[in-house]
Amino acid sequence: MTMHPLSLAGVSKAFTVHLQGGLRLPVLRDLAFTARPGECVVLTGPSGAGKSSILKLIYGNYRCDEGAILVRNGSDIVDIATAAPRQILALRRRALGYVTQFLRAVPRVSALDIVAEALDDVPREAARDRAAAMLARFNVPERLWGLPPATFSGGEQQRVNLAQGLLPERPVVLLDEPTASLDAENRAVVIEIIRERKRQGVALVAIVHDEAVRDAIADTSLDVTRFATAT
Amino acid sequence: MIEDAPLLTVDGLTKWYGRRLGCTNISFDLYEGEVLAIVGESGSGKSTLLQLLSGQLQPNDGRILYRMRDETVADLWHLSEPMRRLLFRTDWGYVHQDAQMGLRMGISAGGNVGERLMAVGWRNYGAIRDTATDWLARVEIDQARIDDTPRTYSGGMRQRLQIARNLVTAPRLVFMDEPTGGLDVSVQARLLDLLRRLVSDLNIAAIVVTHDLAVARLLSTRIMVMKAGEVIEAGLTDQVLDDPREPYTQLLVSSILPV
Repeated sequence: MTMHPLSLAGVSKAFTVHLQGGLRLPVLRDLAFTARPGECVVLTGPSGAGKSSILKLIYGNYRCDEGAILVRNGSDIVDIATAAPRQILALRRRALGYVTQFLRAVPRVSALDIVAEALDDVPREAARDRAAAMLARFNVPERLWGLPPATFSGGEQQRVNLAQGLLPERPVVLLDEPTASLDAENRAVVIEIIRERKRQGVALVAIVHDEAVRDAIADTSLDVTRFATAT
Repeated sequence: MIEDAPLLTVDGLTKWYGRRLGCTNISFDLYEGEVLAIVGESGSGKSTLLQLLSGQLQPNDGRILYRMRDETVADLWHLSEPMRRLLFRTDWGYVHQDAQMGLRMGISAGGNVGERLMAVGWRNYGAIRDTATDWLARVEIDQARIDDTPRTYSGGMRQRLQIARNLVTAPRLVFMDEPTGGLDVSVQARLLDLLRRLVSDLNIAAIVVTHDLAVARLLSTRIMVMKAGEVIEAGLTDQVLDDPREPYTQLLVSSILPV
């Protein structure tokens, strides 16, 4: 049996807010889609339709109430909906990448090391060389590489974050607005790297509002409003 | 890798203080490289649990299985008292919230670190001193302070010294009780970064008791939320904190002051 790198079936999610008397907020019902190797699925729909929630469910950041979220890890298939924490962590280390527009800066760690830490299976010096190449590609000035990004501008932080998120070559990659607030030059870098990953057979799921970027990377568009239960 | 045996298996652990419940029916597995945070407010049973797990308090029910260095699995309370002490001294570390409880305040910083090495059989003075010096550098304590006693150290330095004393013997399991409690915020950040790096470099398993969810998020991969002696919610740290299910966990998460 051949399995897609990513496949969702019958996925439903609701939040129950106990602080508001057990208010139930349904988000998604019966979501199903797949991503093939080299395919970029772009999620579309208005704000609040649940696009980011879908990425968080796939990453295991949100819990899945119903259904299956199958991610291929080598010859194994892991169901994120039922996997143990350490299986999800192993998957995140090897098979599943997640790139948002926001950097979670760790105090006192340099930009270069933050990016290099994404390659925890590569010897340290080699990881740093590849991290440096990625930072250079994103036009982060070399004088900043040795500094912790907490004091960088918003755009610089975002580029460090993209360098970190796009450096490891994982078979499934989730992108949440990777180009938001980037200038044209760096937007073009993101598009170029996404295309490279597609040629390498990576399956991507992306949220992109910029139409030009969407047209440049999307193979499939999925309107999530038909799975949304929120009004 | 997934099929490895756990380092620690906790099964149905229960402790009563007379008729008052300490904690009840606690079960989990812990593997090398995992950092488990135990969170909850004062009186939730998290300190009782840490004392049980580290063998300082005997449970009324349940058992703790530990995979020894020779790969045999020992039931902690079936070991002899000297064996348990040896395990505590050699294979485990315990970082107290109050550094004074984990240090010998009257002897030098180098002596504090070297003492642990001597306890596991090191005898060569030069080697002990070199290793102690190396560890002081790793926890960012100036070499020039090696012969000073911790009495002369700041709170943050004492805590870093306590960490060096604990990690110098390369333990496989480290318990931490509110490791950043009572420190200034800037000192906390430095300590957390240091702990995060050391735990990951040494592939140690750690159990961290904290009431600070930010500490749990930065240090741990897994989390258990305790209330009234029970674990009410457990899972991946980011999952439990970003998508809390239990009313009490939702209350805890929503009580964090935004910065």
